[in-house]
Amino acid sequence: MDKEVTLMKGNEAIAHAAIRCGCDGYFGYPITPQSEVLETLAAEKPWETTGMVVLQAESEVASINMVYGGAGTGKKVMTSSSSPGVSLMQEGISYMAGAELPCLVVNVSRGGPGLGTIQPSQADYFQTVKGGGHGDYRLITLAPASVQEMADFVDLAFELAFRYRNPAMILSDGAIGQMMEKVVLPPFKPRRTEEEIMKECPWATTGRKGMRKPNIITSLELRSEEMEKINIRIQSKYREIEAKEVRFEEYMTGDADYLIVAFGSAARISKKVISIAREQGLKVGLLRPITLWPFPSKRIAELASKVKGILSLEINAGQMVEDIRMAVEGKTPVEWYGRLGGIIPEPEEVVAQLKKLFI
Amino acid sequence: MAKMRGATVVDTERCKGCGLCIVACPFKVLALSTKNVNQKGYNYAEAVAPDACTGCTSCAIVCPDGCITVYRKKED
Amino acid sequence: MTKEEIIQPENLVYKKPELLNDTPMHYCPGCSHGVVHKLVAEVIAEMGMQEKTIAISPVGCAVFAYKYIDVDWQEAAHGRAPALASAIKRLWPDRLVFTYQGDGDLACIGTGETIHALNRGENITIIFINNAIYGMTGGQMAPTTLLGMKTATCPYGREPALHGYPLKVTEIAATLQGTCYVTRQSVQSVAAILKAKKAIRKAFEYSMQGKGSNLVEIVSTCNTNWRMSPVKANQWMEENMFPFYPLGDLKDNG
Repeated sequence: MDKEVTLMKGNEAIAHAAIRCGCDGYFGYPITPQSEVLETLAAEKPWETTGMVVLQAESEVASINMVYGGAGTGKKVMTSSSSPGVSLMQEGISYMAGAELPCLVVNVSRGGPGLGTIQPSQADYFQTVKGGGHGDYRLITLAPASVQEMADFVDLAFELAFRYRNPAMILSDGAIGQMMEKVVLPPFKPRRTEEEIMKECPWATTGRKGMRKPNIITSLELRSEEMEKINIRIQSKYREIEAKEVRFEEYMTGDADYLIVAFGSAARISKKVISIAREQGLKVGLLRPITLWPFPSKRIAELASKVKGILSLEINAGQMVEDIRMAVEGKTPVEWYGRLGGIIPEPEEVVAQLKKLFI
Repeated sequence: MAKMRGATVVDTERCKGCGLCIVACPFKVLALSTKNVNQKGYNYAEAVAPDACTGCTSCAIVCPDGCITVYRKKED
Repeated sequence: MTKEEIIQPENLVYKKPELLNDTPMHYCPGCSHGVVHKLVAEVIAEMGMQEKTIAISPVGCAVFAYKYIDVDWQEAAHGRAPALASAIKRLWPDRLVFTYQGDGDLACIGTGETIHALNRGENITIIFINNAIYGMTGGQMAPTTLLGMKTATCPYGREPALHGYPLKVTEIAATLQGTCYVTRQSVQSVAAILKAKKAIRKAFEYSMQGKGSNLVEIVSTCNTNWRMSPVKANQWMEENMFPFYPLGDLKDNG
């Protein structure tokens, strides 16, 4: 049964994967285009099967602070939202980064700024990878490009979040959240027992069993010298994540003269772009960052010395292109192309842009 | 009925000299020190009429900082 | 009988509760917070919940409550303590979960989280310190500041036309179906303190019995920002706060 191929939306896959990976709690608030996550969980009633808590909060601010509370207990907790809701969540995300708590936040992003549109967009790239809230912090960010990856990244995100005691985000978009694709759901993993949580998360607020030293979850430290030490420790953790956790996919880069760098929905179109371009004699390859932070800067720099130009294809006004340029350090021209307002570019128009920008 | 005799022990370093214990005491046992201050510079509470103490614990109950320990013994 | 004869372990009748540790509290001299901290520490121990309590501290004067009472704590963002508590209690249903919040935290920036947590009937207790002013930030107007009361941001006194009216969150809470026990207490005298302690005990017990959410408001002083001595502040509270914030149980569905 576990290996059964099913057809479902990306948002539904997130919900099913959460139940199957032993998630302890989901706290969310409806917003288009991600409401199916909460709807699916409500319909599945996991509290009757795995014991997972599902709660519709009064706002995204409450959702993320429920996640903050839940994360402090050492349990696997998550929320999902879309761009305007994720803006409201920045407070809680910053607190969790500061208190070094693991959790999962899913952003099925839509176009902005403001209320914007409900169509897909990648305009939350900066917010996600540069720290949308206050303070020096980073979010481990996974960018799925298929419904299958929506399902697979839930467990991976929790694994990374707990390994580094840091919030993780799945940055998806309305297209991947809403589209139906075949998916093989991950096998069931039991929720951790109380004893396992106490053993694996000795820092968690589990109550002082055996009158151990009280555990305090806080991001507050008024003494500057101490706060600097905390920040330095957190930064060294980030350097370790950058060294060990970069994930990306390469497609036809071996003989490529031009490289497209694109993630999520933009990466899906890129494969079609490459096939059209190659039919026209243009050798184009793709590097798809799977982790947006840590960013595959090193690999992009390597490829930069082999290609005549790099196109950052984004469904935004040009955000990731800045990180690519920083990685490339002027070794080769780096250009951006994208559409705004919730429009996904057509492969043909991208091929035309490639030619216009580089040839 | 035997008379109750009480005694207070004030943690003078913890005491902030707020004076709430003084007004809570029905027998005017406590007063703020007039000559001494603690390391933080507070005039702390001290028993100026210790013999009047019945060990009723009023001073300790109202003390916001938990500075006062109270003992009580029945007079033989 | 000498003092030494009285001061013997067998004659001990009152000492600082054990769960209240020796860390000196940062509160101003005479602050009500200290008394409420003692009561909370006493009640947790008397219920035997030392190994099963998770408390949530606010932003405001009580932000460092976690330094003083030896249980597990989470320090919330401003106003969000009830959201944290909701999740923690649902994830650890057999734990004693309570928040400790001031009037700015609970009745202003966290009104939404407070009302919704109470209305959902979360099996938690909210301890609400209402001294009608922002303490930590230096005495600004709070949602509960009385009409005519002077603060740093209403230096000529609170006026309805300029600042709106003081908010009675506890009265609102009593109307919510999710609340089990809603009460307003104070800690300015021995009698008041003993009553407040009973209220906290009752609220904690109801929360453990799964009877719904509980709100214990403690009408308190902020002598520093009221610019009075601690003794005078207690008198001022009795004369000015109690008529507007009358003491007693507003609801007891236990």
